[in-house]
Amino acid sequence: MRIDCPNCGERDRREFYYQGDAVVLNRPSEDAGAQAWDDYLHNRANPAGETRDLWFHEGGCRAWLVVERNTMTHAVHAATLAEKVKR
Amino acid sequence: MASLIALTPCAGLLPLTIGAITVTEVVPQALTSVAPFKGHKKAVSEALKAKVGAGLPALNRRSGAVTWFGHGVWMVAGAVSVEGAAVTDQSDAWAVVEIKGAGVEDVLARLVPVDLRASVFKKGHVAKTMLAHLSVTVVRTGADSFEITTMRSMSKTLLHDLEVAMRGVAARG
Repeated sequence: MRIDCPNCGERDRREFYYQGDAVVLNRPSEDAGAQAWDDYLHNRANPAGETRDLWFHEGGCRAWLVVERNTMTHAVHAATLAEKVKR
Repeated sequence: MASLIALTPCAGLLPLTIGAITVTEVVPQALTSVAPFKGHKKAVSEALKAKVGAGLPALNRRSGAVTWFGHGVWMVAGAVSVEGAAVTDQSDAWAVVEIKGAGVEDVLARLVPVDLRASVFKKGHVAKTMLAHLSVTVVRTGADSFEITTMRSMSKTLLHDLEVAMRGVAARG
């Protein structure tokens, strides 16, 4: 599996560290209520297919990326700098 | 004042020559990381140009004393101070070596998962990548030479990995 880092270009998967669902970028407001915070902290979908995850380019430029990929086909569609993702 | 005995990161380990390849230590007088704050990149680049003769190069590039060192960070060879950036003295934190000789790409090809051949990786090109299990910064400094930077604590590991690869390449003749 190879990830196309926006800074470094296409790199091997072993340079990257996997964090988890990119839902953590969407932090609820302080007064969003217990349900929203429960979802944000604990509840994750486990889809077979398209996913949107946070990866860290640990062995490279050390940027956080949002990687869109498909867990059924292992295809990697896109990698975007996390700081540039609209929230 | 106490007279301290300073040891370089690769003291006692280099130089090392196997076959046509030689590894020597590079000891920068100082290393300073410069990470411009949001919106200050241009001003920082101009300030650096006035102070060290080179502004901030593009990603994956080196320009004079200034090397791209990761997302939003540049490393300056020398002691500098600029406004509008997080500036940190990292002088003793890094081990820097130069590997030079005919066929040096064959040695690095055994260790680094990035294409470093001269046709695609030219003088002044920078790769933040891995060398075996180490995070390194690789810079091409000439037709048959590269500069490799890794964390000081990993200098012995770096040289072990390089030595094994150099022996392997030399054995093939």
